Amino acid sequence: MTLLSTRGLSRNFGGLKAVDNVDFDLPAGQVRALIGPNGAGKTTFVGMLSGRIPASAGSVRFDGQDVTTMPAHRRIRAGMAYTFQITSVFSRLPVAENVALALRWRTGDDAVATDRQVAEALERVGIADRADQLAGDLSYGHQRLLEIAMGLSQQPRLLILDEPTQGLADSEIADFVALIRGLAGDMTILLIEHNINVVMQTADAITVLNFGSVLASGTPSEIRNNAAVQAAYLGTG
Amino acid sequence: MSVFFGSDLRKSWTLHIGVIMLLFALQFILPAYHHGNLARIMVLTCYAMGYNILFGYTGLLSLGHALFFASGMYGMSLTVQHLGWSAGPALLAGLVAGFAVALAIGLLALRTAGVAFMIVTLMFAQAGYLAALYFGEYTRGDEGFVIQQSFRQLAGINLADPTNRYFAALILFAICVFVSLRVVQAGFGRVLVAIRENEERTRMLGYDIHRHKLAAVVLSGTMSAAAGAAYGLLFGYAGATFASVQYSIFPLLWVLLGGAGTILGPFVGTLFMFYLIDLSSGLTTAYMLIAGFALVMLTLFAPQGLVGELRRRALRWLP
Amino acid sequence: MELGPYLILGLLEGLVTAAVLSLMALGLSLVFGVMRVVNVAHGEFFMVGAVLAWIIANAVDSHPAVNFLAALLLAPPATALLAAIADRLVLKRVAYDPERTIVATIGLLYIIQQVTLMTYGPDARPVEAPFNHRLSIPFVEWTESGMALYWPWGLGTTSYKLAVIGAAVLLLGAIWLLMTRTRIGLVMRATQLDSEMARAFAIPVDRVYAAVFGLGAGLAALAGVLIVPIQQAHYLMGHDPLLLSFIVVIIGGLGSLPGTVVAALLIGISDGMISVFFTPTLAKIIATLGVAFVLIFRPQGLFGRKGL
Repeated sequence: MTLLSTRGLSRNFGGLKAVDNVDFDLPAGQVRALIGPNGAGKTTFVGMLSGRIPASAGSVRFDGQDVTTMPAHRRIRAGMAYTFQITSVFSRLPVAENVALALRWRTGDDAVATDRQVAEALERVGIADRADQLAGDLSYGHQRLLEIAMGLSQQPRLLILDEPTQGLADSEIADFVALIRGLAGDMTILLIEHNINVVMQTADAITVLNFGSVLASGTPSEIRNNAAVQAAYLGTG
Repeated sequence: MSVFFGSDLRKSWTLHIGVIMLLFALQFILPAYHHGNLARIMVLTCYAMGYNILFGYTGLLSLGHALFFASGMYGMSLTVQHLGWSAGPALLAGLVAGFAVALAIGLLALRTAGVAFMIVTLMFAQAGYLAALYFGEYTRGDEGFVIQQSFRQLAGINLADPTNRYFAALILFAICVFVSLRVVQAGFGRVLVAIRENEERTRMLGYDIHRHKLAAVVLSGTMSAAAGAAYGLLFGYAGATFASVQYSIFPLLWVLLGGAGTILGPFVGTLFMFYLIDLSSGLTTAYMLIAGFALVMLTLFAPQGLVGELRRRALRWLP
Repeated sequence: MELGPYLILGLLEGLVTAAVLSLMALGLSLVFGVMRVVNVAHGEFFMVGAVLAWIIANAVDSHPAVNFLAALLLAPPATALLAAIADRLVLKRVAYDPERTIVATIGLLYIIQQVTLMTYGPDARPVEAPFNHRLSIPFVEWTESGMALYWPWGLGTTSYKLAVIGAAVLLLGAIWLLMTRTRIGLVMRATQLDSEMARAFAIPVDRVYAAVFGLGAGLAALAGVLIVPIQQAHYLMGHDPLLLSFIVVIIGGLGSLPGTVVAALLIGISDGMISVFFTPTLAKIIATLGVAFVLIFRPQGLFGRKGL
């Protein structure tokens, strides 16, 4: 079934069309990569999916309902989780509290359940030993993992990751790929990525954006062999 | 590892109950002058605690909290003076007045943020002060009016008597401490802190930011109004000075000095500043100089305040 | 006096208020425009200008015009220097963080005000105007022989008040030229637009900030010197003009010179007119609420580019 779809989704900033009339369908359980050159409109598009940015035109449907006018926090409650392009955690709070905030609206005052799920989420991304540290004291790579833990702990239907491997070391990237592969099938994942290796290793399907419109959409091998995509990234001859 | 820090919870309850018991015990040993002062300080601390919920925990700096304090004070005192109400219903009137004003201000002012929010709250408070002067026929303006001793009875207890007054102040203080602790340690309080730390992130974790901020404003304003109503009743006087800019700056000063975002910070700050001004007003009429100097020094060198620094350096579990 | 002459009087008095207010508001607006901070102590610089004017005039102690000239030349720069020092010692240390600056300038407000109380005292003292000729202003009335001029008793102004209006116009023009046509103005505007880039071009941003803060205070002090022959020098006199300046700057749009002038005219004249019909307190209530609602519903004011 289609978990997320958009029809004619557009966003203008003055005269500039950041996202132009995009139709997009994401089946449940798929790992979809969203790629494209800088300025292609990926973050704006994803901003409209999550509700951070209002759409200028078009519609967004999530899990059977029209969410076009739904505020961001309600979409999160409906089952979306979102990680920021520039890491955004609560630097002055402990790592454990960061994750607890992400899931407390579900567990409420049940301290035992909260603690358990926090521990699970931190285990999953591999930073359980740093639970009591202040989030701001973590290395950049670990902060990114913390963000992913916060996203995972919400047990979302859709996990949106905005450039999750940016700034990570190779070993950390490998761990990330393994993590995503482990989640695939259970969770629907949409990731914006510049790292083509990561994309090829994790994505079931790829959508390419250029100048705010969909340039191509298909399986990794289809995209790899697509002349228009190659031209967009590398420039023509 | 527990995000609720079980033993920390026990420690903090022990500490706060301890402080309240200490204040209870002091009432038997203190000489009359300090006895009266401490009663005043406890009520004013409730004002500071109200302010702290919005400033210290939610991170919203209001420059117009005197409006809430005065709403409580006038809600209580005007119903006594002009409608002949007894103390109980009058206190309730003060509380309701504060609640209503806080709700209105919250709905309007929260449409702005940062510096604009500070100025908007300042302007509303200033309009309130001017209104108190404008309706001088009822409020007697800056001069104010005295509330007769005969009215200051609650459930048969004469609140003008120093001992009763002290206990009443202590009870209010204890209630406000209890409410603050519960709020801060519950999910709601944690979300307020999260909003203070990173609002956008908190939104994208599924929290309705506006509703939380509004609730914080209303809780903060109502607690400040409770302090205002109590102050008027316990010390028998209501005047427009309590609605002036100075009384909006005071809680900011007390909370900054004592430690914003801590439960006991407001008490420490109010206590300290009260005596500092008390001592210096004996020396010069320009005692607000101390307040000005303190504000500058705090902003520059100790934005965490006394209790805040204590928490940062030693006692991490302090709420 | 009848209504017509009353309104003319209100208009004239309003123009004087507007003149002084525009200078003061411009100072506040400049500081926000370039440094992006709100200086709550701005009213105290106004007061310091007036108080210093009294001190200087008394010290010089010769012909009123000479006294006043000395005050006019010395008080604003002295105040500007005081402000520049405050900027270096305090504002720079809080890195011009908007909220911390407001709290720090509140502290400065009390310090300046109370030190003045301790030294100058609580009394209000006058300074004599350099020249002061009463000028009666005519109004029209209908008589049997058609329209005729008459001079209503009480409708008049003074040569000094007219001079104040003229001086304000000149000064506003001079500041406009400074900001738009000189290198100093260019440097200030560059720093306002992008302080990081300005630094990259070897513009000493810290010094520009100190200079702008000083200029803002100097303008306020100048307004204080100009008003002191009309209104006496008193340690609390900064409070009301501060509020009015806020109103002007917010309604006119922070950082916009034309907006500030138009708003000052509006506020100054309406303050004069409203006081004819309503009590001053009610007029202030309306104005205060006006600022709040403008900030809530139209934060960019009339002409401003960015809100707060």
